[in-house]
Amino acid sequence: MSVVISPKLKYEEPVVPFIPGPPGTHITIRGLTKYFAGWPLYEDFNLDIPKNKIVSVFGPNGCGKSTLINMIAGLIPIDSGQILFDGKSLADTKIGYVFQNYREAMFPWLRTIDNIAYPLKLEGKSKVEIKRRVEELVASFDVKFDLNRYPYEMSGGQQQTASIMRALAPGPEVLFLDEPFSALDFEMTLFIREKLQEVFMQTGTTMMLVSHDLEEAVYLADEILLLTKRPTKVAHILHYDDARPRTVETLTQPRFIEAKKMSLEIFQTEIRREATAQPPK
Amino acid sequence: MADSIVAAGSAKPDAAADARPTAAPVLKKIRRPRALGKCLPIIGPIALFIIWDLVVRAGWIKAILLPTPASTLITLVNGLAGGPLLLDFLVTFMRTLEAFLIAAVIGVPLGVLLGSNERAYRSVEFLIDFFRSTPSSALIPLFLLIFGVSDINKVAIAAFGALLIVLFNSAYGVLNARKQRVMAAKVMGASRWQIFKDVLLWESLQPTFVGLRSAVSMALVIVIVAEMFIGSENGLGHKIIDAQQVLNVREMYAAILAAGALGYALNVVFIVIEKRIVHWSGR
Repeated sequence: MSVVISPKLKYEEPVVPFIPGPPGTHITIRGLTKYFAGWPLYEDFNLDIPKNKIVSVFGPNGCGKSTLINMIAGLIPIDSGQILFDGKSLADTKIGYVFQNYREAMFPWLRTIDNIAYPLKLEGKSKVEIKRRVEELVASFDVKFDLNRYPYEMSGGQQQTASIMRALAPGPEVLFLDEPFSALDFEMTLFIREKLQEVFMQTGTTMMLVSHDLEEAVYLADEILLLTKRPTKVAHILHYDDARPRTVETLTQPRFIEAKKMSLEIFQTEIRREATAQPPK
Repeated sequence: MADSIVAAGSAKPDAAADARPTAAPVLKKIRRPRALGKCLPIIGPIALFIIWDLVVRAGWIKAILLPTPASTLITLVNGLAGGPLLLDFLVTFMRTLEAFLIAAVIGVPLGVLLGSNERAYRSVEFLIDFFRSTPSSALIPLFLLIFGVSDINKVAIAAFGALLIVLFNSAYGVLNARKQRVMAAKVMGASRWQIFKDVLLWESLQPTFVGLRSAVSMALVIVIVAEMFIGSENGLGHKIIDAQQVLNVREMYAAILAAGALGYALNVVFIVIEKRIVHWSGR
């Protein structure tokens, strides 16, 4: 817990003392502030993300769902605040990220199998280790297509499957998924959704999923993080703890329908609320 | 016209074998566009040669200014098949190649390096854009002062013109690399150097090839111009202006066509290499 905090204290005088999250917290976000074009997107934002759970992020358009996970994943710099993973900084944390646009996330100059192996190569793993890990992934994803082809030779669903495999290859502590199904057809969405659930049940990897589809968000989630309009706050965190594996039947069960209905109600209250921040004139 | 007749003719035996009279028109309909499609690229050249021939035969242009296409082609083939034109062709080809290689060897690494450091690129961007926009032929007298009337001079000025094109394209290739691929590498824990060699370098390949292809064309243009005006004893440029001076129009046109063929062939070779190496391009 006490690893990286000390050097920062020098120039960052903490007005509020650091308050750790409840037991079982994985990611703690404290005092996160981010301005875009002079008006606040996040201001003094605090959040605890639980460990070994799937958290779906859902909220009104433009509230910064993707920005939130991009800031946590270090892809967008933050203006101020602190984000810790089990008390460690991002630099000491292994993360995986799945982009919505798989076409521009895979490396087309590498064969698909080498794309999946790329993060392992970065870690300096030996060829034997890499081969073993990739075989493991192929088995757990039950891959039926030829990974020796180039990404652009495969269907969208196959490419997204491969990019999820790439993200999971190094065994990340947290997996971020930014609308991973938005560019896929329904059949592929169902398939990859099941795969994700299987992987989660096998590994228990903490996952943060951004989704614009409420059903999908609730279906995969242990917690549904509902956000407000900007400046973005947490509107509500809804727990949905139906047993896994969840199946197509789950979608019609009262508990699921209730969770979805409640999420929708909170969401609608939020979008009707007057925006409290206005762009600078 | 001749092609469609051939297509229709070839359809007949099939129809006869089928023993169904209605089959003939159907086959004709299907086959004609296909046969035509294959022949489309040669229609233009044939039309040009026919018009060219008619113009000369009708005497609209004096034969002393424009020879018939047939005699031009014969001069071209004879010249290239061991005649003096072959030497000029090879000399021009070698100069172009030398200039291109110099430009590529310096331009690609330098462009990639500049592109990966946006501040460095911005600080020389004006210079590159300015000299890229300056016609290289305008610099021939300057190069004459530096290198004198030599073979090196022609290669040097062509290399200079080609270099800026290569530099510009490679630098922009790196600058405009897909942000998301860079982010993907970053999130997987790649260092700056790893991002450079595993992502940026690859992303820049396609624009680099565009640059190389334009550069080789530019090198050829400048070599030909230099051969014309910087006291040269060989090369296609020298041949063209020499033949023009003594009104040997057949040789002049043959040399022009040889220069065109060289430029076209270089372009095709580069497209083939590009498709091989940048196999993901456009997909």
